[in-house]
Amino acid sequence: MTHTLRSRVVAVAMTALAAGLYVTPASAWEPTRNVEFIVPAGTGGGADQMARMIQGIVTKHNLMKQSVVVINKAGGAGGEGFLDIKNSKGNPNKLVITLSNLFTTPLATGIPFSWKEMTPVAMLALDEFVLWVNADSPYKTVAELVAAIKAAPPGKFKMGGTGSKQEDQIITVALEKATGTKFTYVPYKGGGEVAVQLVGKHVDMTVNNPIEGVAQWRAGKVRPLCVFDSKPLAGKAKIAGDLSWSSIPTCKSQGLDIEYLMLRGVFMPANVPKDAVDYYVELFKKVRATPEWAQLMADGAFNQSFMTGADYTKWVEGEEKRHRNLMKEAGFLATN
Amino acid sequence: MEAIGDLMSGFAVVLSWQNFVYMVIGIVLGVIIGVLPGLGGANGVAILLPLTFSMPPTSAIILLSCIYWGALFGGAITSILFNIPGEPWSVATTFDGHPMAQKGQAGEALTAAFTSSFVGALFAVIVITLAAPLVASFALQFGPAEKFSVFFLAFCSFVGMGKEPPTKTIAAMMLGFALAAVGTDTVTGQLRLTFGSTELLSGFDFLVAVIGLFGIGEILLTMEEGLSFKGKAARINAAVVWQTWKELPRYWMTSLRSCLIGCWMGITPAGATPASFMSYGIAKRASRRGDKFGTGEIEGVVAPETAAHAAGTSALLPMLSLGVPGSPTAAVLLGGLLIWGLQPGPLLFVEQKEFVWGLIASMYLGNIVGLIVVLTMVPFFAAILRVPFGIIAPIILVICAIGAYTVHNNTFDIIMMLVFGVAGYFLKKCNYPLAPLVLAIVLGDKAEESFRQSLLISQGGLGIFFSNGLVSTIMALGLVALFWPVLSNLYGRLLTPARPT
Repeated sequence: MTHTLRSRVVAVAMTALAAGLYVTPASAWEPTRNVEFIVPAGTGGGADQMARMIQGIVTKHNLMKQSVVVINKAGGAGGEGFLDIKNSKGNPNKLVITLSNLFTTPLATGIPFSWKEMTPVAMLALDEFVLWVNADSPYKTVAELVAAIKAAPPGKFKMGGTGSKQEDQIITVALEKATGTKFTYVPYKGGGEVAVQLVGKHVDMTVNNPIEGVAQWRAGKVRPLCVFDSKPLAGKAKIAGDLSWSSIPTCKSQGLDIEYLMLRGVFMPANVPKDAVDYYVELFKKVRATPEWAQLMADGAFNQSFMTGADYTKWVEGEEKRHRNLMKEAGFLATN
Repeated sequence: MEAIGDLMSGFAVVLSWQNFVYMVIGIVLGVIIGVLPGLGGANGVAILLPLTFSMPPTSAIILLSCIYWGALFGGAITSILFNIPGEPWSVATTFDGHPMAQKGQAGEALTAAFTSSFVGALFAVIVITLAAPLVASFALQFGPAEKFSVFFLAFCSFVGMGKEPPTKTIAAMMLGFALAAVGTDTVTGQLRLTFGSTELLSGFDFLVAVIGLFGIGEILLTMEEGLSFKGKAARINAAVVWQTWKELPRYWMTSLRSCLIGCWMGITPAGATPASFMSYGIAKRASRRGDKFGTGEIEGVVAPETAAHAAGTSALLPMLSLGVPGSPTAAVLLGGLLIWGLQPGPLLFVEQKEFVWGLIASMYLGNIVGLIVVLTMVPFFAAILRVPFGIIAPIILVICAIGAYTVHNNTFDIIMMLVFGVAGYFLKKCNYPLAPLVLAIVLGDKAEESFRQSLLISQGGLGIFFSNGLVSTIMALGLVALFWPVLSNLYGRLLTPARPT
């Protein structure tokens, strides 16, 4: 009798203590089970790396009580992953990391989803694009390359890129328009493969992300010509000889008025509580403050813009319009 | 030699007791992952990757790569015992491994599979140790045309090798191609043959097809034959390992050939699955007992297992030296390298000596540890066959269903698995060979992709497939393999011109 009583007293005291501890000022909401982090792309790519990095950071720094589980749903150019989020209305334990296929896949394939059927959480960073050629090629500047392309018959120069009717091919079409030339675009499955095809001289140029090209650049196998951003990259650390990320000129300064950045952002299913969105925004702020994240940003020369809430929504809206125009001009819209 | 010195310092890194413990844990986990169909090495490594971030990179890669070796070993177990390939590269192991188990030779088959795996891996590690820089530059020569020629060779070495009429082989292969075409087309980015169904966006996953065709199909066949498992008479004692080892050196030629095929396919990188198929196909051609293949020849286990392991191991080389993963698991490991702050690429071998050679040293030790672990389990695995079929069949069904679900976390895949199971049953009843069908599902879209990439590059000219020495040689080999039955027939007639029929 006394024993039960005592244990009951203890239990009550514990509950009170626990309740006291849990009245935290910020957001009351917390995930109640494992958080699924959907990657609408295959394993090993840029989005996948970033998602797994976040998963690792959250685990290592104990940022969340529940675990993050990364799941790849790459089918239909990522459509499979986005449809999963679309069909999980009201589920606050699901996140998706995006790449440009958030915009391009519904436009190019007609798979029925839109970012408007999801809840924007945060922009984590923007990925840059660089024009690369083989280091053995004679082209040291954009002007030399363009002159050579113009002198050759149309389609002679081959551009290697990731996927079809996605970011790399959009930039390719923009390049063709800006220079009045014609390339042959050869799609591959991933950025790493594209980089090696350039080193093996199976293609003449690529528009790989910095992180996809950096290893071959350091080894002196490829040469960056320009970056598709309005200002040069930030990294000052020496990478290849005396060159750093910041020494690559912008394409605009080289006479190619093309800008393209790719969203690395996070979305949730529609109809989730606002507290849940706030919780994840705080979580990603904590992730961004870790040294591991800083290292990834520096290695990949990412543009470290961070946006949430209405700003982010507005940015995404503008970006969708831009992609619709780009895809339309390139003739990439689905016909059916 | 410099490489040897580096390797020795690598051993010094690996031989700390923590790393050794990680190695054993990794192997055991890997074997379990390999046994469960669907939960492949890539998934296993991906799940455990975040747990390793707080470890030093060398220990982390040792743990993860040992999971990979374990999965390579483990894939053979269910293939042999139940005709259910645990991993895609062990499909070819079922062709002779399972008949052996049915004849009561499960122990021999498992021993042969594990030992050949070890031999293949060891050969590949030696290649990596001695020829890493050279081999990396060889991989650079493989553009789309060269890759297509490799796939072409893989297909050609398979046509006409079965006992089934060539027309049935080709019909099965064409069905495989059609199934492989479903989903997103990489070259145009369009959806094909999905008929508006969102479930078919990612196409038919090879693993789901294989679990259904082989696993479920096999259960249906066994049920028809009266619920008895033929493997009951299996001799189970530890001596079976020694007896099998005495027999294995006889197949040194097959082993060597399979090692070479495996390393080649791992480095190019085409992967372990085509390596195992190609090696099986060629062994069948070359062996004096080739016509007995498929009825439980030990050589038919040796060939695919050696090649698969050699390819799986050598696939790590292009990942480290070029940053291009040679297999899905290597792709996940690649992500891990970046997270640990290591940049795979030509400079990794120069800048991160301790890491690279620690990894290579762990390949030697990991495989030795792996071999010992799995061999001690042979009698236990073989004993599973003594469990009555009525008990084991439902368990297999459940494992198959879990496996099919795990591939994409999708319940639709379980339905697909059952459909493939029924299809597999009827195909077998009608004597259509399943191997070419599976081969086409695995390699069909990759072959198509590189074919179309080549044509884009050549602007439509087929000459690109004979444009340099490398690609022409591989294509020519493929054509010889394709017309081999005709050629050998002609040769035979030339030798015996006057003999009446």
